[in-house]
Amino acid sequence: MAERNLMKGNEALAEAAMRAGCKCFFGYPITPQTEISAYLAKYMAKNGGLFLQAESELAAINMVLGAASTGTRCMTSSSSPGISLKSEGISYIAASDLPCVIINVQRGGPGLGGIQPSQADYWQATKGLGHGDFHVLVFAPASVQEMVDMVVKAFDKADEYRMPAMILADGLLGQMMEPITFPEIKPLEVDKSWATNGHKNKREHNIINSLFLTPEVLENSVIDRYQRYEKIESEETDAEVYLCDDAEIVVCAFGATARVAKSAVNSAREQGIKVGLFRPKTLWPFPKQELLDATKCAKNLLSVEMNMGQMIDDIKLATECKIPVSFFGRTGGVIPKPSEVLNEIVKIGGAE
Amino acid sequence: MLNEIVLAGFGGQGILFAGKILAYAGLMDEKEISWLPSYGPEMRGGTANCSVCISDDPIGSPLVVDPDMLIAMNEPSFDKFINNVKAGGIVIVDSSMIDKKSDREDIRAFYVPASELADKNGMTGMANIILLGKFIKETGIVSVDTLRAAFEKAIPPKKKNLVDVNMNAVKLGMEQ
Repeated sequence: MAERNLMKGNEALAEAAMRAGCKCFFGYPITPQTEISAYLAKYMAKNGGLFLQAESELAAINMVLGAASTGTRCMTSSSSPGISLKSEGISYIAASDLPCVIINVQRGGPGLGGIQPSQADYWQATKGLGHGDFHVLVFAPASVQEMVDMVVKAFDKADEYRMPAMILADGLLGQMMEPITFPEIKPLEVDKSWATNGHKNKREHNIINSLFLTPEVLENSVIDRYQRYEKIESEETDAEVYLCDDAEIVVCAFGATARVAKSAVNSAREQGIKVGLFRPKTLWPFPKQELLDATKCAKNLLSVEMNMGQMIDDIKLATECKIPVSFFGRTGGVIPKPSEVLNEIVKIGGAE
Repeated sequence: MLNEIVLAGFGGQGILFAGKILAYAGLMDEKEISWLPSYGPEMRGGTANCSVCISDDPIGSPLVVDPDMLIAMNEPSFDKFINNVKAGGIVIVDSSMIDKKSDREDIRAFYVPASELADKNGMTGMANIILLGKFIKETGIVSVDTLRAAFEKAIPPKKKNLVDVNMNAVKLGMEQ
């Protein structure tokens, strides 16, 4: 029976990963994601899996490359500076068409930055998580329950499309406790005949590789990947649309910030302001059509983020720059207050 | 109905644990809840605090800025949060640790020498739970039975004897 329980976001995510069939975890500690490693260190072996604390982030991500090559469900997790270190390996994994799950419990940056919650890795996750032409699937949970649900989905989708999937969380979601129930999980069964897991001379050997010295061959491998991306962009977008039917102002926010924004939207509604909330649950692919549908009555958009406005471009592209986009954000580890967001909404509402 | 609570004190006073018990009590009552700790270097010797929200509806921001209720266990925390408490709010203060009183008349403040009481009653280190007892008495946010169920849920079976130890501290707090 699904029991309602209280868990920290990081721990709930770790438990869900195991239940989703993750058999290998390679990590290196960093605040505020360390509970993921700690939880898996405690329970992974008991569940027939492998937990390994690598000597560095670089080692950890390359161990993921190795484990993923065998078709094993595997994961690594880190926080912002650690993800930067892993980006080379992530590019190799994407170029090798391997599935894996990468967790980023974001903290303030750039540089070593701070350890408090942030969303300043939006660009990195959605636009350039390493060199070369590639994407990773990016899921943005906004609750501890979604930390669970999305990591399960991330494993399935990574397998389905043979590509890395990222959970872009933040320190607030990682550290907070909320009630959760674990869903019944049936990991997606996917053909992995590409895996390099021993052939015993009974089949041709498989090769996992990201080096293509003939430009045309490399070009074809990239084009092939982009055809998959096209399918993903049309089929895998997801968003929460809240009170947008008559909304003249649509607040756009993802992850933990969307919770703050929702409180502000509710307060503004009490004041009679026609405002709604659009929350992308997938950041790549960005839910463009969903945003277009949600902004049919909108005269103004307000992007609220824990960064300096990294999502604005995606919002403008999706709405073809037809609706003005304002921005409110806090950065460096400061969490915006509902009252601050409400002020911005009232400012826009009052200007009409 | 949304209740926003802040518990604050030094690292090591059991602020996060007391908050966790409140959250578990909310869980037992099938409420929506969130528990958000401060984290990082401030937990070691500096000030620690946690935000607890207990509500009938889904919780928006888990970070409590203006609490309805406050438990303060040291002076820096008292100074930091006392003026943010909403009008009509309830404040429980460990007066063994805080040699100050609030002059606000729009809140109800209760001063309990919890650390001294703990030491005198062989409950050293349990000032947090004594204050929690006073807290549920004055706020009525959860019942004593619910609080016991919360301890039973939060404390691992191996340390089951600690449930009664904690409940004794709760009772002592409720008598204040």
